[in-house]
Amino acid sequence: MEDEQSFSDICGGRLALQRRYYSSSCREFCLSCPRLSLRSLTAVTCTVWLAAYGLFTLCENSMILSAAIFITLLGLLGYLHFVKIDQETLLIIDSLGIQMTSSYASGKECTTFIEMGKVKDVVINEAVYMQKVIYYLCILLKDPVEPDGISQVVPVFQSAKPRLDCLIEVYRSCQEILAHQKATSPSP
Amino acid sequence: MPGMVLKAFFPTCCASADSGLLVGRWVPEQSSAVVLAVVHFPFIPIQVKELLAQVHQASRVGLAVLGTWCHRRQETEESLGHFLEGLGAIFSHEPWLQLCRERGSKLWSCKATRRQVPPHPGAPYEDQVMLVFYDQRKVLLSQLHPPAAVPDRQAGDATASAGGLAAVFDTVARSEALFRSDRFDEGPVRLSHWQSEGVEASILAELAKRASGPICVLLACLLSLISAASACRVFKLWPLSFIWSKLSVCEQLRHRLEQLTLVFSTQKAENPTQLMRKANVLVSVLLDVALGLALLSWLHGKDRIGQLAEALVPVADHVAEELQHLLQWLMGAPAGLKMNRALDQVLGRFFLYHLHLWISYIHLMSPFIERILWHVGLSACLGLTVALSILSDIIALLTFHIYCFYVYGARLYCLKICGLSSLWRLFRGKKWNVLRQRVDSCSYDLDQLFIGTLLFTILVFLLPTTALYYLVFTLLRLLVVAVQGLIHLLVDLINSLPLYSLGLRLCRPYRLAAGVKFRVLEHEAGRPLRLLMQINPLPYCRVVHTYRLPSCGCHPTHSWGSLCRKLFFGELIYPWRQRGDKQD
Repeated sequence: MEDEQSFSDICGGRLALQRRYYSSSCREFCLSCPRLSLRSLTAVTCTVWLAAYGLFTLCENSMILSAAIFITLLGLLGYLHFVKIDQETLLIIDSLGIQMTSSYASGKECTTFIEMGKVKDVVINEAVYMQKVIYYLCILLKDPVEPDGISQVVPVFQSAKPRLDCLIEVYRSCQEILAHQKATSPSP
Repeated sequence: MPGMVLKAFFPTCCASADSGLLVGRWVPEQSSAVVLAVVHFPFIPIQVKELLAQVHQASRVGLAVLGTWCHRRQETEESLGHFLEGLGAIFSHEPWLQLCRERGSKLWSCKATRRQVPPHPGAPYEDQVMLVFYDQRKVLLSQLHPPAAVPDRQAGDATASAGGLAAVFDTVARSEALFRSDRFDEGPVRLSHWQSEGVEASILAELAKRASGPICVLLACLLSLISAASACRVFKLWPLSFIWSKLSVCEQLRHRLEQLTLVFSTQKAENPTQLMRKANVLVSVLLDVALGLALLSWLHGKDRIGQLAEALVPVADHVAEELQHLLQWLMGAPAGLKMNRALDQVLGRFFLYHLHLWISYIHLMSPFIERILWHVGLSACLGLTVALSILSDIIALLTFHIYCFYVYGARLYCLKICGLSSLWRLFRGKKWNVLRQRVDSCSYDLDQLFIGTLLFTILVFLLPTTALYYLVFTLLRLLVVAVQGLIHLLVDLINSLPLYSLGLRLCRPYRLAAGVKFRVLEHEAGRPLRLLMQINPLPYCRVVHTYRLPSCGCHPTHSWGSLCRKLFFGELIYPWRQRGDKQD
């Protein structure tokens, strides 16, 4: 069962949340970030090339122009492969675990899987981010030493940064599955 | 656990196998069934049980018949379905798994039934099943990082305290005994698993294994001879032991000898980490030697050694001339500062004479330099790191005069600072109490005060001259140390980079696993959920971090703060102390 809704992130950009309910024990949430805009790409390229041309008129060395082209290409490739995240996915499977995937613009996918035995809870936290107070969803991991302690806080949707309304949707679904998980799991 | 979703880990190679029995391990804590193989018809139940007992003995993994697998054409084989249900009575297992698939379609159906009365009323007789497909070969060969604690082999069944998925990897890895028979064997039981089309083996690997035994023994003997020879008493005598400890070449050779002894030792590696370390060391040494031979062939071609030797003496002369100009400048009015004439002349002349001795020494050596360089260049066949260490030592030897100047300047400056601090205390009427390790007030006699103040004044006015000489020579020394440091850094890099692990991560990424990742396969309402479990490889930075080889340990022992403090007080600095040297 698939469902798509559009939300906005903390800066006001458009986000699309795709929800897939595979079964009562497996749900997937897919947040698509705004794509790389042609305007900003053109602006950056023009700035770099104008600066290079300015240097060229000072130094009369054509290596500067080739170097500028090279730098622009490498910079763009590096940005697409290492920085620009297109989609962030959260897959929650009852009694297996929670998986977070970030897909970059170049097609690279970076996945982290956390086993259900390590997950204590999924909560929405508040944080002070520059001059704003924002909400973010995070996974609390159990401490192996202390039964009631928390060893790590793993934030989810770090680059999409959706607002509270989107987070509440995801939170409710996750809590349904976690509640079922807690009811049927063996007591520690 | 009642109500918990049952996870069935199914190997992808068995998805097209004929109908039969599912054989594997049941992990009750996670409610997961790890299917390892499919036993085909016809079989005799006694023989199947014997086979499972045998494998249990060999691998200490508790295998059992988990259920039935039905791969049927159309709806024509109803009788097979009833027959399979009857098997549940022969091989009793809680819960009994029944997987079924239509041939040529992606529709699966799963059932897990419990025969016994459930402990809580209202708990279902049937569990919900989730299918997780895994690639058996990759899971068998891969190694999870961080490695889960190895369960005690004597404790019988491997406990599932290795959490969750690590238990799956553990089960598959230990059940190698089950995968040894393929479909060409004439055994009593016909199995289907990843090796059932034929056991995987490689001629080169087998030959290497056979040959490695005698080669290891031979090389281990050779290496032990070499280490015995180098530990001989002759080398412990004073001049030789002092020289050996100062040369970085000896340190590098000793390090390589240690590493080679480790690689060619006749002991088998106990765990995969040790095996990786051996492989890394071997590949690193081979690359080192290959680069060294490349350097050697480059040096000996086109008479480059002769050119180098011819260029060496003029370069040393040029450096000495530049130093002379520097000293002349210091003896005049350097940067417009006014020096104390007498002290300036004394120090300047002293250093100039020293420099003159050094130039004469270099000219004395010049006819022999080409021969020496030729023989030293041969040592590059031992490895590029050895050649770089020799280069570092040559730089140290050629700039020995700068080192001497630095020591003289530093000692003079240090004496001056000590004197100044003690006389400054006297000037204020205080004294250093050695017993209490603190500054106490003290009443001095008049003549003590008079002489003390006089000496203090003299030292204060001579301070700029000494400080300037000290500053200049310290900067030169630091420059030489920086160049040597760069060379050592390169040597360290070649020594400690785990090339085999990086190559493995590049070519066989499933071998080094950081974890797993799941993908949801085509799903239809009413059908069980199907997931594909794939191996998530370790990122490159973690590979380097986990498998880094220990290097010589030539790291700076001071922080920036303590370095500046030492420089200010004129204490001698040795930033590139070798490991094992006694502290000054």
